[in-house]
Amino acid sequence: MDLILMLEDGTIFEGSSFGSANEVIGEIVFNTGMTGYQEILTDPSYYGQVVTMTYPLIGNYGINKFDYESSKPHVKGLIVREYCKYPSNFRCDKKISEYLEKYEIPGLYGIDTRKLTKILREKGTMRGIITQKEKFDFQANMDQLLTYEIKNAVESVTAREKTVYGDGKKHIALLDYGVKRNIIRELNKRGYQVTVFPADADLSDICQCHPDGIMLSNGPGDPKECKVQIENIRQFMGVYPIFAICLGHQLMALANNGDTEKLKYGHRGCNHPVKDIEKDRTFITSQNHGYTIVSDSIDLTEMEITHININDNTVEGVKFKHLPIFTVQFHPEACPGPQDTGYLFDQFGQMMDDFKKGAYDAKK
Amino acid sequence: MPKRDDIKKVLVIGSGPIIIGQAAEFDYSGTQACRALREEGIEVVLINSNPATIMTDRETADRVYIEPLILEYVKKVIIKEKPDGILPSLGGQTGLNMAMKLSEDGILDDMNIELLGTSLSSIKKAEDRDLFKKTMIEIGENIATSRIVTSIEEGTAFTKECPFPIIIRPAYTLGGSGGGIAKNMEEYRYILGTGLTLSPIKQVLVEQSVAGWKEIEYEVMRDNNDNCIIVCNMENVDPVGIHTGDSIVVAPSQTLTDIEYQMLRSASIKIIRELDIKGGCNIQFALNPDSFEYVVIEVNPRVSRSSALASKATGYPIARVAAKIAIGLNLDEIKNSVTGNTFACFEPSLDYIVTKVPRWPFDKFNTANRSIGTQMKATGEVMAIGRTFEESLLKAIDSLDIKLNYQLGLQLFDSKSTDELLDYISSPKDETFFAIFKLLQKGITPEKIHAITRIDMFFLVKLKNIVDVANEVQNAGIAFLDYRLYLKAKRIGFGDSYLANLVNVPLKDILLLREKFPIKPVYKLVDTCAGEFEAVTPYYYSTYEEKDDVIQSDSRKVLVIGSGPIRIGQGIEFDYCSVHSVEALRQLGYESIIINNNPETVSTDFDISDKLYFDPLTNESVLDVIEKEQPIGVIVQFGGQTSINMAGPLQSHGINILGTSVESIDATENREFFLTLLNKLQIPIPEGKTAFSYEQAKTIAEEIGYPVLVRPSYVLGGHAMEIIYNHKTLEEYMKMATDISDEHPILIDRYIRGKEIEVDGICDGKEVMIPGIMEHIEKAGVHSGDSIAVYPPHTLNKKTQDTIVRYTEMLAKELKVIGLFNIQFVMDKDEKIYVIEVNPRASRTIPVMSKITGIPMVNVATKLIMGATLNELGYKSGLYQTGEFTAVKAPVFSFAKLGTLDTFLGPEMKSTGEVMGVAKTYKEALYKAFVASGLTMPVNGNVLISIADQDKEDSLETINILCDKGYNIFATPGTYAFLQTRDISCIQVGKNNVIESLKNGEIDFVINTPTQGKNEKTFGFSLRRTSIEYNIPCITSTDTAKAALSVVSYFILDDQPNIYSLDEYSKEVN
Repeated sequence: MDLILMLEDGTIFEGSSFGSANEVIGEIVFNTGMTGYQEILTDPSYYGQVVTMTYPLIGNYGINKFDYESSKPHVKGLIVREYCKYPSNFRCDKKISEYLEKYEIPGLYGIDTRKLTKILREKGTMRGIITQKEKFDFQANMDQLLTYEIKNAVESVTAREKTVYGDGKKHIALLDYGVKRNIIRELNKRGYQVTVFPADADLSDICQCHPDGIMLSNGPGDPKECKVQIENIRQFMGVYPIFAICLGHQLMALANNGDTEKLKYGHRGCNHPVKDIEKDRTFITSQNHGYTIVSDSIDLTEMEITHININDNTVEGVKFKHLPIFTVQFHPEACPGPQDTGYLFDQFGQMMDDFKKGAYDAKK
Repeated sequence: MPKRDDIKKVLVIGSGPIIIGQAAEFDYSGTQACRALREEGIEVVLINSNPATIMTDRETADRVYIEPLILEYVKKVIIKEKPDGILPSLGGQTGLNMAMKLSEDGILDDMNIELLGTSLSSIKKAEDRDLFKKTMIEIGENIATSRIVTSIEEGTAFTKECPFPIIIRPAYTLGGSGGGIAKNMEEYRYILGTGLTLSPIKQVLVEQSVAGWKEIEYEVMRDNNDNCIIVCNMENVDPVGIHTGDSIVVAPSQTLTDIEYQMLRSASIKIIRELDIKGGCNIQFALNPDSFEYVVIEVNPRVSRSSALASKATGYPIARVAAKIAIGLNLDEIKNSVTGNTFACFEPSLDYIVTKVPRWPFDKFNTANRSIGTQMKATGEVMAIGRTFEESLLKAIDSLDIKLNYQLGLQLFDSKSTDELLDYISSPKDETFFAIFKLLQKGITPEKIHAITRIDMFFLVKLKNIVDVANEVQNAGIAFLDYRLYLKAKRIGFGDSYLANLVNVPLKDILLLREKFPIKPVYKLVDTCAGEFEAVTPYYYSTYEEKDDVIQSDSRKVLVIGSGPIRIGQGIEFDYCSVHSVEALRQLGYESIIINNNPETVSTDFDISDKLYFDPLTNESVLDVIEKEQPIGVIVQFGGQTSINMAGPLQSHGINILGTSVESIDATENREFFLTLLNKLQIPIPEGKTAFSYEQAKTIAEEIGYPVLVRPSYVLGGHAMEIIYNHKTLEEYMKMATDISDEHPILIDRYIRGKEIEVDGICDGKEVMIPGIMEHIEKAGVHSGDSIAVYPPHTLNKKTQDTIVRYTEMLAKELKVIGLFNIQFVMDKDEKIYVIEVNPRASRTIPVMSKITGIPMVNVATKLIMGATLNELGYKSGLYQTGEFTAVKAPVFSFAKLGTLDTFLGPEMKSTGEVMGVAKTYKEALYKAFVASGLTMPVNGNVLISIADQDKEDSLETINILCDKGYNIFATPGTYAFLQTRDISCIQVGKNNVIESLKNGEIDFVINTPTQGKNEKTFGFSLRRTSIEYNIPCITSTDTAKAALSVVSYFILDDQPNIYSLDEYSKEVN
């Protein structure tokens, strides 16, 4: 079926449908990763967004039963240059078109995705509508898409109830703002038991399970919307060692009078170089964020910037000088992307040990 | 860490002559590295024996030594130049091996010189099979079950614990030389024997075969601060078992999930860290297609063919960054030259797919063994970029310049049944993909082909898609070839001439359609970042989509057409010429645009021209670029035969061909025109006629008198040219020749067995400048590309030279040549000069002549093409005076890589590369050329002589020299009988015993001239092949033998001849 993609600046692309042909409106973003579409489709951080993949051949290895980052796809739509009708991989379970169809997510293929990417790069992230060509009505569809906003994102993707994963010598309380499963896997892999809490869990909820540390997860949307979570984070600080990723990292800044802003077109891909200032080393990281901490808003008396992006100098990591807290903007859990910064999970373990030994008592 | 300030002067070691497994990629990486070092204020000294390179240009390094890559010579350079460091990892295996020799020699320690970049111990860890295996086991990386063996017995023992098939890999050989896969004991013992002989350290790895697994490569970089990045990964479409140089390769990988991709990525980083490599390396993995199991195949701790490909595929300049790392910089301190504002510490993201296809020499060497395996046989490669796999593959096939009537090569297999085809693909060959297309067309399923070839279903389904679209177009016919179908066909990658073939209409009908719709390609940018950042590099490829990335300027533009893949007869020298032409255009203020498709070369480096179009060199692609850019004209004379062949077709489309006119080009290529021209000028040419049948050929040959030189009317690089001595071989030739080309008649010329002389000239249409004359050591009949050439001529008298100059000037003026031209002459016994051929384009000898005379010939020619006169540029007409130096150019062959190829020298070119020797005397220059080419002449011992009847008289002089020098002469029966009649004492060896004697090491070198070429059954053939396989020097021309003997005493000289830098002899003449 012929589909239309219209951006809020009026640009129109014509392509064909795969998966479902449902009409959707979403924020159009691009991801430059060359592998990992299954992880991207199921990453809750893409809530409310239509993702276009810059790599032109998508679906080559199909969808398998293992590489999900959550229980279902969260993207609103997927845009590709070409999708693979005959995938090939030993774990392949179904075609990407079948997967999208099952969850009624529209796929648009056959458009010039590089043209789309360049428009987004130049004009910034925009809203867009994917609709059937025969139903397309410029003015009506434009009116419709201009009213679109991503709202209640975290609320929509967080766990409804507390769940325990794994078993082990340490116990982590994980605040699920839209967690990617591999964060849980990475913690479990290190022998930590993980209890996943709904996003609005507060200190008293968490205390009940006597954790050794708190993990604040990634998640979708504008961090400033998460007023409850920000308030709760203030309570957690100093009580438990905290490691935060992505949205968790942004919320930590907001909880400490920092500020966040929307990036022009975000960082989404597997090739972003981030400098670990302490280690004086640069790592290639996996990223997926549309917002960032305003560098100048960091209270340098309390916190210090530990990581910066060497492409655009944005803040990629922060730690507290006297509290057992560190946060990163990128995704050390990879999936998709490089596994080079997995050491941060070990660092979290070390911080919990140090905390237990009283290493932070003196600093207070 | 900032740049080290203790390193001020660096010696870069080049890779030497082009051979199979080590080609133009090292000119590209070496040149880039030298420039990168000089940018940082480092003084660069370079040694390389290959003159046909940009690397050995005066502009590339501060001092250039075109000297043999032999320990003694490298040491001389080191002693003279006293560098602070040596950078060996850019000169391929040759560079690494030299680094090891230098280190063993002790000179580095003595002079306190540091090996820059990757350390010696790292090189050893990666290259020494035993150490490598140990290292991998230590870090928990799997490698295939294997053993290092140094004898046949040890090898045999291994078969008890490892089932066949077993792979044999000799240590320290290029491109897997001497290796192979053995399916049974007999094959195993044979390959093992060859491998042990060829390995310089007599060490061979035998290992479990993982044939059929996915072959995945990672290009990794690491800096002094342990930062690591992956430039790109690549997937071989051909599974493990075929050398990556002989595989179709795509970038990035297509069938790997992120988990698999990251698993191998992390392993790559672990490996580069453990090996402590500083710079770039290539890591090859075999990945089980049915599990996560993988093994590390090998690591190349240096830039390589794959890294050149990765650089071109991504836009990431690996060699440049590796050179900067070698002098202390780190990845996060080096700017990404593509975007201009991000850093080299990132991983390129592609928004296109790249396909590399090897270029094999089997169009020339049709008798060579065409099966492919672990030993590389391709001489070159092409790369194409597309937005679909289909598009990039078909563009790559178009780029091969193999003159297929059909893009899918279906015609090649028209006569084959399905069973024959299935059998054909059961073992890999150069044309396997075309056979697969044919099978798919016949309705055989991808599943069935997968079961036989183990090629991943992903790719096979794509191939089927191509065949399906071809069928769809064919079924539609021209009447139903509507917008949608035409666009679909273009997006799949079909050329218009192929579509015309499919719907059976003339090409112009398709072009009309295309104009009517209208549909034309857009050009997309290669920007390393998939569009995420703005990029400044003008590196483009064509595709059929909406948005064009090209930024147009108002400047006056000129398009230079490149030379495509490296092949026999068209090598790196034409890339050299293209690069120089582009530079001259930039000097003149034109916007220079280049179109080419060879990923190995300097010309396709994105900062050489103002704009690079990485596209096929077909009429369609070139016309599309012209339509896009609207240049004021096109230069076709520097890209070899590929580009000159385009002159006519382009002009017929109204394109302005700059330089020598198309009419003049035709006059040199069309036999009738050419004869008329020479008659008019009264310049002699060997008598000759055109034959359309054997009967006619016989009559002509009788009239002219044997021997005759025969060839198809349309020839490239002496293809299918032979010297024929009698009716019988003429008849055989005619039978074979009709297969080669149905429509073209055969030319029969008198063969003049005389001295061959060659001239490269430059003309502005009126005045003619002749930088120099070269004479060949071998008589006419040996292809000029395979001859040893000497400048200045050392045996020609003034009268002869005057005649040559006169003929040259007459021809150039008559043809109104503008730019370069080359004329080949032959001189008979009576010193009469004949013209054999005129090439209205740059020739193979341009780099040599430019370097020895100091005249930047391509630069001057380009300026003349753009309207200057010789006079305005300050050059005089006529023959230039010679200096005090002699240069000798010698050919280099890759016979060891090409089984069953006959090695004798003849009218068909066989060499893959060349070296130059320069000295103040002819003999020293000749000697240097010999050693640089890899010849080691024993100064005494046993010589086996076997001479064909027609050469016997000629050979006497050489044989007498052998006697005088005290060699023991062994002769085959015919030669023995002849020598008896001349009272030359020698020992007779029966033909049956000769091969045994060679294998037993009883013969030190061989002189053998061929009776009949191409016939595999002849005794001479097995004599020559055995010599190659046992690494015994085998000279097939008595002229070459005589020359080698004249300098044989140098081979044991303690003090080798002096070295000279390019500046010493190449002082610009004006």
